[in-house]
Amino acid sequence: MTPTRTAGAAHSVDQLLAAKEIAVSCGSGGVGKTTVAAAAAAMAAVRHGGKVLVLTVDPARRLANALGLAGIGNDEHPVPPEAFRNSGVTPRGELWAAMLDTKQSWDALVRRHAPDTATAEKILGNPLYRNISGRFVQSHDYIAMERLYELHTEGRYDLIVVDTPPTRNAIDFLEAPQRMSDFFSSRLLRWLIAPYRSRIVNFASRPFYQVADRVLGTQFLQDIAEFFILFQTMYDGFIERAQAVSRLLHDRRTTFLVVSTLEASPLNEAEFFIDALNERKLHLGAVVLNRVLPDYLLNEAATGVAERIAASAPELAETLGPEVGEPSSVERVLVEISESFLNFQVVAQREAEQRGELAVSPDVIATVPFFETDITDLSGLLRLGQHFWG
Amino acid sequence: MSGKGGVGKTTMAAALALLAAERGQRTLVCEVDPKGDLAASYECGPTRFKPSELQPGLWAMSMNTEESLREYLSLFLRIPVAGRIGPLARAFDFVATAAPGVKEILTVGKLCYEVRENHYDLVVVDASATGHIIGQLAAPQGINEVVHVGLVSQQTGWMLDILSDPELTGLCIVATPEEMPVNETVELAARVQDETTVELAAVIVNRVLPELFTRSEEDLFETLCEPEVAARIEKDAGGEPGPILAAARLAVTMRRTRAAHLDRLRQGIDAAVPLLYVPYLFTRAHGVRALRQVASALSAELGL
Repeated sequence: MTPTRTAGAAHSVDQLLAAKEIAVSCGSGGVGKTTVAAAAAAMAAVRHGGKVLVLTVDPARRLANALGLAGIGNDEHPVPPEAFRNSGVTPRGELWAAMLDTKQSWDALVRRHAPDTATAEKILGNPLYRNISGRFVQSHDYIAMERLYELHTEGRYDLIVVDTPPTRNAIDFLEAPQRMSDFFSSRLLRWLIAPYRSRIVNFASRPFYQVADRVLGTQFLQDIAEFFILFQTMYDGFIERAQAVSRLLHDRRTTFLVVSTLEASPLNEAEFFIDALNERKLHLGAVVLNRVLPDYLLNEAATGVAERIAASAPELAETLGPEVGEPSSVERVLVEISESFLNFQVVAQREAEQRGELAVSPDVIATVPFFETDITDLSGLLRLGQHFWG
Repeated sequence: MSGKGGVGKTTMAAALALLAAERGQRTLVCEVDPKGDLAASYECGPTRFKPSELQPGLWAMSMNTEESLREYLSLFLRIPVAGRIGPLARAFDFVATAAPGVKEILTVGKLCYEVRENHYDLVVVDASATGHIIGQLAAPQGINEVVHVGLVSQQTGWMLDILSDPELTGLCIVATPEEMPVNETVELAARVQDETTVELAAVIVNRVLPELFTRSEEDLFETLCEPEVAARIEKDAGGEPGPILAAARLAVTMRRTRAAHLDRLRQGIDAAVPLLYVPYLFTRAHGVRALRQVASALSAELGL
């Protein structure tokens, strides 16, 4: 019998996602947040039904492989029903997937907010803009949240699961909307471009321009100024959007899944991130501990057995006899497997301690076991998803 | 040092720096995205912008672009560091938000400066992850394209010279024998070649699992797992061997999956680029003890 859903805090990822419209998967690099996001979306599509979208921003294109799609672009694509049939499931709903293309999304944003086509083209052609949207880092933090907002507002999906960009710092993308609106509303910005607007440098800002001129050169300053002046035409639209994005993240329909392994460094970052969520009054829905080594490694009785096997390997090999194998080979294998067990036990114990020290109380802590083989298809995702779902 | 998040970049940078310092080189190691992992590796207090000497010949620092800007202004423009710089620094912060290459150039610039001034024999950079490193390495070039005159454009010239000289600069990509780290390493290696002037010096493969058995021993292992044989082991060893056999199976499967990824890595990387292998460490804790093991593995791989 399935437990009855009650009001209040969710007790499983299942309940959590049934009540939310947006789930943001976050955590430090390499912990499997893309896989967890895709697995959560696939599980929701199978169990809850409706239209579920997984939006990934990982530039490494893993999701495409995992979902059996050769290359999904900025547009959303349905995961073909055959992929589910091949995994032996009949989903109640649909699973869609999209990949974030930073450059395309920035261009679309400029086209939307620019007052006219000519201004839009000017911005798109500005050398500084091209660098921001293309080459330089950090610009995808904001654009990921912006795209999420757009997709949510269009209302075509019942649930959107977002995989966050691999930022230097997990909280970078949380601050992106605020940074963007601070930037556009800053007096400093106006101060910076004022002389290029009025061609008069006032006394107070003169030292700054003298330094800036020497450092950057007049041409670059003019490029910057042109860029900002052009960007200011999008000011209202941008501010409004950035604030709306920020509101959406704070909405009670939005929840955050913090993914981590039990290694020291990702776990530290997860704790740091959990604090950041709390400070910002964002909803921490679940902590998903990924790649947790199997429990049998913690078996204390087995420690003694492993030690005895290792110590008495020659005798044991002798007793087992030649029908099992040539005694010296049997001995070697027995020693290898005992030592391997003891080695892995050290790691498992370390992880168990780390888990015990995890000083947080989210609604849900879910655990995903270590998978010996890679997750490369939908059935793998569903297999993984089942572990943290119930 | 770059690589996918979570592969052990900081550990490799810390171990390499330790190795170099103990071989008599004046070494600086810098954590570019300061998360405190470097300090955790060395078990020392938090690292700062101003390098601290952890042991003779080994200095550690963490990057801070604002302080780098201050240093730059006082070095090159002889502008006093305090007071008036406040609003200037903030203004730069805004420019940096809009044209993020500014932050990258301050990072790369500071590190190149240390090389140019010969303050150290070796500067080890615990750099950004695969997604960001190209932006960083290409920053001088990018800035060069948008800034044509002024000090900055003169400045990028010597940085490019340092970064492009294989005698001076080499990129090491750290990977683990897993699907995504290998994909990203192969992708990054190609992009480094296409989009930057930096030479790929080595790929360090971290967490390589030891091989448990030979093929023939694998068959023997299967025999040991048969219920009747396992029961005899249980009797002799005075306890259930189930967990031990299961753990061995886990180790074998892991090793096999990883071997396949390792093959892909070898095939995806230019044969001239050396691959250095560092074993998976079954240690209780991270820190200096683990670091020494990594350093000695690197030392052996480098033939030192």
